[in-house]
Amino acid sequence: MTEARRIPDHLESRTSRLLKSWEALLLALAVAIFVANSLASPYFLNPWNLSDATFNFTEKAMIAFPMALLIVAGEIDLSVAAIIALASTAMGAALQLGAGTPALVATGLGTGLLCGAFNGLLVTRLGLPSIVATIGTMSLFRGIAFIVLGDQAYTGYPESFAWFGQGYVAWVISAEFVLFWILAALFGVLLHRTSLGRAVYAIGNNPTAALFSGIRVARVKFLLFLMTGLLSGLAAVCLTSRLGSTRPSIALGWELEIVTMVVLGGVSILGGSGSIPGVVIAAFVLGMVTFGLGLLNVPGIVMSIFVGLLLIAVIALPRLAARLWPRSRHA
Amino acid sequence: MKSRELLLALIIAGLVGLVATRFPGFARPANLAAVLNDTAILIVLALGQMAVILTKCIDLSVAANLALNGMVVAMLNAAYPGIPIPALMLLALVLGAALGAVNGLMVWKLDIPPIVATLGTLTIYRGAIFLLSGGAWVNAHEMSPAFKALPRASLAGLPVLTWIAIVAVLAVWLVLTRTPLGRAFYAVGGNPNAAVYTGIDVGRTRCAAFVLAGALAGVCGYLWVARYAVAYVDIAGGFELDVIAACVIGGVSIAGGIGSVGGAILGALFLGVIKNALPVVDISPFWQLAISGSAIIAAVAFNARAERTRGRVILKSAEHA
Amino acid sequence: MLLNPVSDAPTPGVAGPAPVLALDGIAKSFPGVKALDGVRLELHRGEVTALVGENGAGKSTIVKILTGIYQPDAGEILLDGTPVRLPTPHAAAAAGVTAIHQETVLFDDLSVAENIFLGHAPRTRLGLIDWPALTARAREMLARVGAEIDPKARLRDLGIASKHLVAVARALSIDARVVIMDEPTAALSHKEIAELYDLVERLKAEGKAILFISHKFDEIFRIADRYTVFRDGRFIGAGRMAEVSEAELVRLMVGRPIDAIFPKRTTEPGDEILRVVGYSHPTEFDGVDFSLRRGEILGFYGLVGAGRSELMQALFGVTRPSRGVVRIDGEIAVIRSPAAAIARGIVYVPEDRGQQGAIRAMPIFQNVTLPSLHRTSRRGFLRLAEEFRLAREYTSRLDLRAAALDQEVGQLSGGNQQKVVIAKWLATRPRVIILDEPTKGIDIGSKAAVHAFMAELASQGLAVIMVSSEIPEILGMSDRVIVMREGRIVGEYPRAGLTPERLVRAAAGIGGTAPTTATDRRAPGARP
Repeated sequence: MTEARRIPDHLESRTSRLLKSWEALLLALAVAIFVANSLASPYFLNPWNLSDATFNFTEKAMIAFPMALLIVAGEIDLSVAAIIALASTAMGAALQLGAGTPALVATGLGTGLLCGAFNGLLVTRLGLPSIVATIGTMSLFRGIAFIVLGDQAYTGYPESFAWFGQGYVAWVISAEFVLFWILAALFGVLLHRTSLGRAVYAIGNNPTAALFSGIRVARVKFLLFLMTGLLSGLAAVCLTSRLGSTRPSIALGWELEIVTMVVLGGVSILGGSGSIPGVVIAAFVLGMVTFGLGLLNVPGIVMSIFVGLLLIAVIALPRLAARLWPRSRHA
Repeated sequence: MKSRELLLALIIAGLVGLVATRFPGFARPANLAAVLNDTAILIVLALGQMAVILTKCIDLSVAANLALNGMVVAMLNAAYPGIPIPALMLLALVLGAALGAVNGLMVWKLDIPPIVATLGTLTIYRGAIFLLSGGAWVNAHEMSPAFKALPRASLAGLPVLTWIAIVAVLAVWLVLTRTPLGRAFYAVGGNPNAAVYTGIDVGRTRCAAFVLAGALAGVCGYLWVARYAVAYVDIAGGFELDVIAACVIGGVSIAGGIGSVGGAILGALFLGVIKNALPVVDISPFWQLAISGSAIIAAVAFNARAERTRGRVILKSAEHA
Repeated sequence: MLLNPVSDAPTPGVAGPAPVLALDGIAKSFPGVKALDGVRLELHRGEVTALVGENGAGKSTIVKILTGIYQPDAGEILLDGTPVRLPTPHAAAAAGVTAIHQETVLFDDLSVAENIFLGHAPRTRLGLIDWPALTARAREMLARVGAEIDPKARLRDLGIASKHLVAVARALSIDARVVIMDEPTAALSHKEIAELYDLVERLKAEGKAILFISHKFDEIFRIADRYTVFRDGRFIGAGRMAEVSEAELVRLMVGRPIDAIFPKRTTEPGDEILRVVGYSHPTEFDGVDFSLRRGEILGFYGLVGAGRSELMQALFGVTRPSRGVVRIDGEIAVIRSPAAAIARGIVYVPEDRGQQGAIRAMPIFQNVTLPSLHRTSRRGFLRLAEEFRLAREYTSRLDLRAAALDQEVGQLSGGNQQKVVIAKWLATRPRVIILDEPTKGIDIGSKAAVHAFMAELASQGLAVIMVSSEIPEILGMSDRVIVMREGRIVGEYPRAGLTPERLVRAAAGIGGTAPTTATDRRAPGARP
């Protein structure tokens, strides 16, 4: 064995890998939907309308980013919408006590963080399966919101508070939209460019091997639940600020829409694979679909039929294709 | 296993007793029967969901399935009051089974993870109700008297609704304990790889579980709209979570392979007792959600401890510690 | 049609009754890999046929074909002379072919009786399962295999030997004619292995045809009547055990003579690097004291379940000890997680390489750098160039064969996957490397390579702990041997003068009255 056989770094060229990816498919879909929408309605390409459209998905996407990391790691958090409700309720309660905007924001974020920590402890300390544990906390958190508020609402949020959900940074670019991109960049770097992100993939693929390789699995998972909670708190700030009021029924059903956004973005529900760019594109896809259909006066509940079909189609079609045209794997 | 159910039964009995100390009427047979009747639909749905969870799957679309079927039979009854009620129930059962089969086929033939498949059908079925009804409600006065009366009709002291639940319990119990298909549910969830070796078709078994859950959800669709005498898009909204909660509290393991009919019934009864006890002790119904959430967490924690495979006890001295 | 082997391989004894099961010309390919190329196999009533071959020779593929999991691309399967097809596991079972695997493929949460009869439970006239009949028949089956197990017990509550018995009872319940045993003694104690041999004799007496797959030559020579050798997916030879020698068998298996000589160790161990005092765990081990020197290979011998792996996993931080002190290079080390252990220079290569060693879906370079990310990254940010550099350095040292460094590990051959795992650990620049059953389930050729590698590591100053249940390996590789039994150290011996009998007796607790005697337990470092 004297000749040095140099193993190349990469199997395929970078462009080749890029073109074959899920994200490319999704991007093509996004473009197709954009074109279809522009043809379907003359109101679609109006900048202010497009800006309004972004509110459809920015708050959910804020949670979809940490949720994507959590799902890649093999867990899930179905209590995120309930955390929004509880955080919003906490902010409303703080409001009644005379808190100003900074304190309100801190309350919202803090509540989210605490809820995330609670979830994290249940999963990492007690070893509960995250799907049922968060079904439990989902009821618990929203239940607390209901106990506090009943069928009442908190209103009267200060003007400065309204900036988060209703403010604009420049021209049509809303504050939420900017926040969305900042978070996309942050989580994109986190998942794809840091050791933490690498650990997340490892844990999602093979938690035992990851542990034996020195990854602090419990600590990473706890951190991910904290992030999900914190960002649910942030989404609560934005949503409450946008609505200008708090009800315990706020964000009802959002957890499933967020999971849909994540799965549509190419994250495998089984863990171990997925990307942030995919989630970003999925957010736009969902936003455009709902907005476009809204312009055509399609009722919300029928829209969700489209979303459900889209979700299933996007997962089913590659599998169907694999069955009809099986590819051989390289040896 | 058995000890867990006993514990749960004791807790339920304890709750009833607790309430009865202040409000003795709560523990009277007539009231208990009423609680059972009120919980009947949840029990039937929990049985179906249990079959699905046993096979290591989950079905988030049961409530939507129920609602869609409810709307279908309600609309039929409003338009053609002459159709015999049993025929409507049969239709609901078959339609529910078909909707369940959609889930089952996606899981079996396309290998779509159950949570994703049922997340999709959840919204599709709900949306279909709107397409069907145009958003309109079917109100009590539009339903025929026979339609509304059947669940309430008394038979040997108990309402028909309770009897239907009893029949469903017996049927599912029979399937799960005395038929190869039922045992296959346990095998597939307990060790899917080994199940293949014993000749069980894992995908087909899972599909069957979804069909069963769907059929039961369909029948419950009729029962729901008949009992509450109204049908609209949002009925039973979010109920799928109550159903999963009932299973979890009843000791059904989310990992599959573990669970019993008795447990599922007790889990449902636990939630039913709480729901009915709260107004009696004058606690606002808004407490219900938090209480059931806490119960789920406690139950899962208990399950987790019971399921944990004990580490090898190697030291003889530690064996009897 | 009777098979009359006409080939250039040594002909099996043709005299005698026709085989119960005969495979001829079986071929099976997967994308890019020809697993079987025209192999043949014959199994006879009341006889044990040993299937011998290195890893990758095609043994597991043929088992999967016989049990209906795979379909052959070509060739025939003949049962009592009649061609049959086995399209599903169910069909194979119906044809009377069952298999017992290393890990039982049964259902932990079902009862013993149900496990025996799953898929073919006795039914009442209405078609429902007849539980009383099922339990009674289960009792019968268990009696036939000589097992004293309650049919109503949950399978989860039984030990692995009992689970094997349940698997055999299941085989009997479907009136199997062919019983395939795939490395059945891998996890059994001596006593349990003896009981299994008795069971095999019983099955032979009942006229079953048994296919026995094992790497242990002493086992094969003990219970097999015939042998068949596969190599690289081809049929190499078959015949009667009585007419072949171990050396000959090895030659057929490997195609070249292999010296079962272990690498010569020339370097002297250096100074002490690890000292463990009073190390105990509530349920797994107690009062463990030992030390380890640089450049030394310390073998840990014992029966399965003696607590060796548990001890090692506690040292590695996977589990927590209840008391005890660990010193590395004189400093006390508190290790609460694998990450901490790795930081202190202790690495652990687990027994279950597939599950615990490599992450199959991830690329090679990511697997290699996983425990070393803090070195290749800067302030938490990945630096891919550094990672590729590190991965290249260590994979080339091990002569890894792969298409590219970003290829998924799962696509590599078993031996190359192993290399990735070893490269990963070497890249952490460890001081102590713990190998748990490093050559278990590995064929002779690769075993030698692993041993050579271990000797190389020791000569470079690494301290090596080797947990092994194979006596030749323990005797051939270790400088010192520690024997454990039921969670305690019962003996510590230098290599010189150590005999297999000494080891076995210590491990089984036979012979001496006290678990340890002053002469047997020498102070570390003392010369014999």
